[in-house]
Amino acid sequence: MTLFISILINGCVLGSVYALVAMGLNTQYGVARILNIAHGEFIILAAFITLDLVTKNHTAPFVGFAVAIPVVFVISFALHRTLYKRVKDISANDGAFEGNAILAAFGIYFIVQNLMQTHWGSATAAYQFMPYSVKIGPADISAGNLVVLLIAVLICIAYNLFLSQTRLGKAIRAAAQDPAAAAMLGVRINTIMALCFAIGGVLAACAGVLISMKEPFTSISGLGYTTIAIIIVVLGGLGSVKGAILGGFILGYVGFAVSVYDSGFMLSVFYLIVLVLLIVRPKGLMGR
Amino acid sequence: MELLKRSFFGGKAAKIQFFAIIIAIVVLFFVPNFGSAYLPLFLAWVITYAVMSLAWTLFSGKTGYVSLASAAFYGTGMYVQAALGSNLPIVVSMIIAAAASFGVAFGIGLVTLRLRGVYFTIFTFGLSLFLNKFIHWYEVKFFHTKGHMVLAYDNLTVYYCVLVVFAIFLLVVIPMNKSRFGLALDCIGQNEDSAQHVGVNTTMTKVLAFAVSAAPVGAVGAAMATTIGYVDPDIAFKLLASFMPVLMAIFGGTHSVYGPIVGAIVFYSLQDYLLRELPGAYMIIFGCVMVAVILLMPKGIFGVIDTIIARRKRGFDGEVIGDV
Repeated sequence: MTLFISILINGCVLGSVYALVAMGLNTQYGVARILNIAHGEFIILAAFITLDLVTKNHTAPFVGFAVAIPVVFVISFALHRTLYKRVKDISANDGAFEGNAILAAFGIYFIVQNLMQTHWGSATAAYQFMPYSVKIGPADISAGNLVVLLIAVLICIAYNLFLSQTRLGKAIRAAAQDPAAAAMLGVRINTIMALCFAIGGVLAACAGVLISMKEPFTSISGLGYTTIAIIIVVLGGLGSVKGAILGGFILGYVGFAVSVYDSGFMLSVFYLIVLVLLIVRPKGLMGR
Repeated sequence: MELLKRSFFGGKAAKIQFFAIIIAIVVLFFVPNFGSAYLPLFLAWVITYAVMSLAWTLFSGKTGYVSLASAAFYGTGMYVQAALGSNLPIVVSMIIAAAASFGVAFGIGLVTLRLRGVYFTIFTFGLSLFLNKFIHWYEVKFFHTKGHMVLAYDNLTVYYCVLVVFAIFLLVVIPMNKSRFGLALDCIGQNEDSAQHVGVNTTMTKVLAFAVSAAPVGAVGAAMATTIGYVDPDIAFKLLASFMPVLMAIFGGTHSVYGPIVGAIVFYSLQDYLLRELPGAYMIIFGCVMVAVILLMPKGIFGVIDTIIARRKRGFDGEVIGDV
């Protein structure tokens, strides 16, 4: 019973963070058609920014949002405007662009990761955030984890409201469905694409701040999150934001349940899930 | 036989190509006698990357399916060598490694090559990460260690081993490019639906090409494992081994056999130089070079040279940026 409640809640915490990470990647792929392998690096960048704020300036980790979000937004926006826009211009067709964009993203991954490694070193980094636990039924749940869950769920809801209720959200959804038609109807498609790439970065930054509250990280752990995000996105359906949330929670539960028994096996199980899914339903759970 | 004749003795260009390859391989065979002791190892690495890059071009360059699975095949070869190298002669274990990589690629191909576009890239990208994590888990769980020692061979033996793989691969790839099979692959790359309509068994062609391209990568992986002397999942399935061949092929251009070879020579030399002279900044510079290659030379170095020649001939410097 204790184990069951612990899996129920901690799986939910893990799932909510995974959902954030995957939503970011999905926004980038769904509209800008860039499978951003450097996604995890921006998560870790935000985590390091938060770490510096907490350990050097003694602020609350929440200040991390205020600093990391603008930083990552600007970097991502500029990256799309300069790098990916040009890659798109020189690529012969959409398929070639997707291939080239992955390679360019790998270059960025390399650069960002190694810059972080030179600046922050490769040691494991962590700080204390609400180091006491709350009793829920018979299980002890870390209070910090509950706060992380709350914030992550709030961000997920806010982002979905933004997509469904605002004018800009409508433009983004239109661009995701059919970029050419959206452009003809007056959506400024290049701005929207750069904006979506940047929003994906912002979601990564949010996830990064939450991850720094929750668990230790190193300058090379970004790729692990990128991999998980890619798996979730395939699981939920490429380009489907709701699919990313569903997939995030599924992987969160499965991941936590597996890690209770053997944490080294977690990623292998994720990969097996994708393998089966690609055979049975290649479009993903919520894919069109 | 008819095909071999046509590929190598058909026209004047084919004849020249055939003799050029033979001469190049003979020269490469004797080169280690003249250089320093480091030369065979350096050349062995260049040839390894050339094989990986050619293998990538054979499948992905033609069909347009971007594969990031090179590291998976390379690592499979390394692990076969680690498991069998101490009991079997290196040639036998290399053949087994090639067969193992062929098998992995065939299985993966059957599952994933029905998918189109980016799904395939995602899957192959994940494959080497998965093998890395899975073998790590397996080793720790059942052997309580990470990594294996590999029986070492001298550099010259390894050099000749990879050179033979390279020669065989070249002598298979060139006729294959001109065969019905190569034509079918080109056709898939241009328009897969049309290819299907004119009677190409697209799935089987893709799967076979993918598997054939994996075999030599496994073989060179097995050979190179002996020079490192130790293999663990992070060394065998390192991500860079998936991206380097792609980058080399793009840099050299994917429309000829020479492109990937030129790419391998340039990039391995660059890597070797940076690692020796600027080990701290190596990765950052390398990342910048990657981005620059994709941005500035999408048609490869030969594409850039062609454009420069074309501009010279036409004598103007106008709006040709778009098709550089």
